[in-house]
Amino acid sequence: MPINYYIFLSLALFCIGIVGVLTRRNAIIIFMCIEIMLNAVNLLLVAFSKMHHLKNAAINATAGTDGQIFVFFIMVVAAAEVSVGLAIIVMMYRNIHSVDVNFLNRLKH
Amino acid sequence: MTGVIGCGVVLASFVLSIMVFLQVKDGHSQVVDYFNFINVGDLKISFAFQLDQLSSLFLLIITGVGFLIHVYSISYMQEENPGQFGRYFSFLNLFIFSMLLLVMGANYVIMFIGWEGVGLCSYLLIGYWFKNNEFNKAANKAFIMNRIGDLAFLIALFWLIAKIGTVSYSEVFSATNLARLKSSDITIITLLLFTGAAGKSAQIPLYTWLPDAMAGPTPVSALIHAATMVTAGIYMIARSNALYSLSQISMNVVAITGLATAILAATIALKQNDIKKVLAYSTVSQLGYMFLALGVGAYSAGVFHVMTHAFFKALLFLAAGSVIHAMGGEQDIRKMGGLSKKIKITYITFLIGCIAIAGIPPFSGFFSKDAILLAVFEHNKILYVIALLGALLTAFYMFRLLFIVFTGAFRGTDEQKDHTHESPGAMTIPMIILAILSVLGGLVGIPEVFMHGGDKLTAFLAPVIPLQAGEIVSHNTELILMAISSLLVIGVVVFAWFLFRKTRFSESKGLGKVLENKWYVDELYEKIFVKPLNKLGAFFNSVFERSVIDDLVNGVGRLVNYGSRQLRLLQSGQVGSYVLLMVVSMVLIFILQFFIRK
Repeated sequence: MPINYYIFLSLALFCIGIVGVLTRRNAIIIFMCIEIMLNAVNLLLVAFSKMHHLKNAAINATAGTDGQIFVFFIMVVAAAEVSVGLAIIVMMYRNIHSVDVNFLNRLKH
Repeated sequence: MTGVIGCGVVLASFVLSIMVFLQVKDGHSQVVDYFNFINVGDLKISFAFQLDQLSSLFLLIITGVGFLIHVYSISYMQEENPGQFGRYFSFLNLFIFSMLLLVMGANYVIMFIGWEGVGLCSYLLIGYWFKNNEFNKAANKAFIMNRIGDLAFLIALFWLIAKIGTVSYSEVFSATNLARLKSSDITIITLLLFTGAAGKSAQIPLYTWLPDAMAGPTPVSALIHAATMVTAGIYMIARSNALYSLSQISMNVVAITGLATAILAATIALKQNDIKKVLAYSTVSQLGYMFLALGVGAYSAGVFHVMTHAFFKALLFLAAGSVIHAMGGEQDIRKMGGLSKKIKITYITFLIGCIAIAGIPPFSGFFSKDAILLAVFEHNKILYVIALLGALLTAFYMFRLLFIVFTGAFRGTDEQKDHTHESPGAMTIPMIILAILSVLGGLVGIPEVFMHGGDKLTAFLAPVIPLQAGEIVSHNTELILMAISSLLVIGVVVFAWFLFRKTRFSESKGLGKVLENKWYVDELYEKIFVKPLNKLGAFFNSVFERSVIDDLVNGVGRLVNYGSRQLRLLQSGQVGSYVLLMVVSMVLIFILQFFIRK
């Protein structure tokens, strides 16, 4: 498959993520959108990695899998980050009984 | 104790000066090079002292007369509290120091350091009683007038450096360097130097500070007028005689300015009623004579007059101080009179000073003034007549002062009458010594006509000041001139005696009023320079400072304030808007990068 498809797919996912972050007010949905963006980039990383080592693919079956390994690492870190993020959202709900980010304007002060 | 230290150090320098003088007299004049003072590119200015005939003579005058004035000051300034007393003596010593630096320097830069030093000290001492605002104004006036001259001096220095790249006397006056200078350059340099000298030595148009300098204590006036400060200009021109002799224009300017100052100041002195003001204008007038002598090329006669003038003017000022002391601070001669019996020593010494300054033989003033008049006669007959007139005016106003103060009836209050007493020994002894010097001081320059080789001073100065080969008048003419001037002076004194023996003071009218108001020169300067400058200052203060500078500074502050207030609106605290901004700016960066790549 040509690389273009991967790029377009990632771009589409990333844009969906951005639009989601910008337009939605529910913290959980925003969080999900951020994850979509993250994974769009992950997808791109894997695709580029595979493309980069395309010449060696015939000789070495594992060529170009470094990107995938990186992505695993990123996912692990992202999982940790998600737990922190969710914890924040839980705390937020406890404090203001809502997960609407528009109520979160206290950074101003 | 303060006084002992203050006088002791000056006495020590006087002793050293005598030693130097004796060495120089034996022909051991030398330049002592201490270290490299300024070293820039090709320009090398060393910190060096030059001890030769001219500087050693000035050393003697400065430290000798200075010492006597110091001794006098101990008693005169006794009523000051100890702190002020110490301040007074430290200024006085600094004054002597600066003046010594001025005359000992082996180049114009060292001279300039001393030159500035005496300017500063005169400021400090004129404004010594700084609680009186008038005195402060007088001090400012002296300082500012001197600065005008100093600027000219400084420009002359730069000009010299630019043209021949050296300021040391031995190099500047060497034949090769003089040949390298164009005559126009020499004229400009000498005129600039003369402007500097006019500021320091109180010549037209920068003379008005000297009479105002009377604000200081009387010994300070004596110091400024006799030993230090005003003689600096004469010294500088006498030192630069090699330059001046090459520019006829400058010589004429010096001579005419000197003569004009001599006459102008003498006319003003005729009508002054403050004992110190009369003496001050007389100093200005005598300085005019010295410049006249320099201008006609009789440098040694000018220096001779500096010396005799130092004696009798210091004497007159100290005697005037003694009179003021006796009168309990009164300076107005209209309130004096008949003091001759009460303060006899002061009277006799003052009389000697008057005779000396009037130029009656055989007192010192006669010899030096006659040397000047003779040189002027050789140079130009018209100038001679005017100068002789000035000499008569001198005799007239000095004896007017003498008669008004010391003869007739006492015109002061009864309290002053009882209070009047002779000054203590610390004051009278310096006066007596100066009186002796005023009588005998002229004997170092007896003219050729009376005694062959009698003019020891000119012979002594010959290595520094080459003898002028001019038209020599015959001895007969010289004798006739002397007789004329002496008889006229005595006639004027007798005339003054009849006029002022019984003094009546009336409101002056016409010319007298003009003279009393010093030709309105101060008012004129006030109108032409001071007022417009004040107005300009006020304008810059109110318009430029307030509306331009202040607005600029405040405007910057206000702009930052306003800008930050607007910028603060961006920080809404809304997470969404932050993210939006982030995205927008990222996109912008991408676009920008895209275009820059292209």
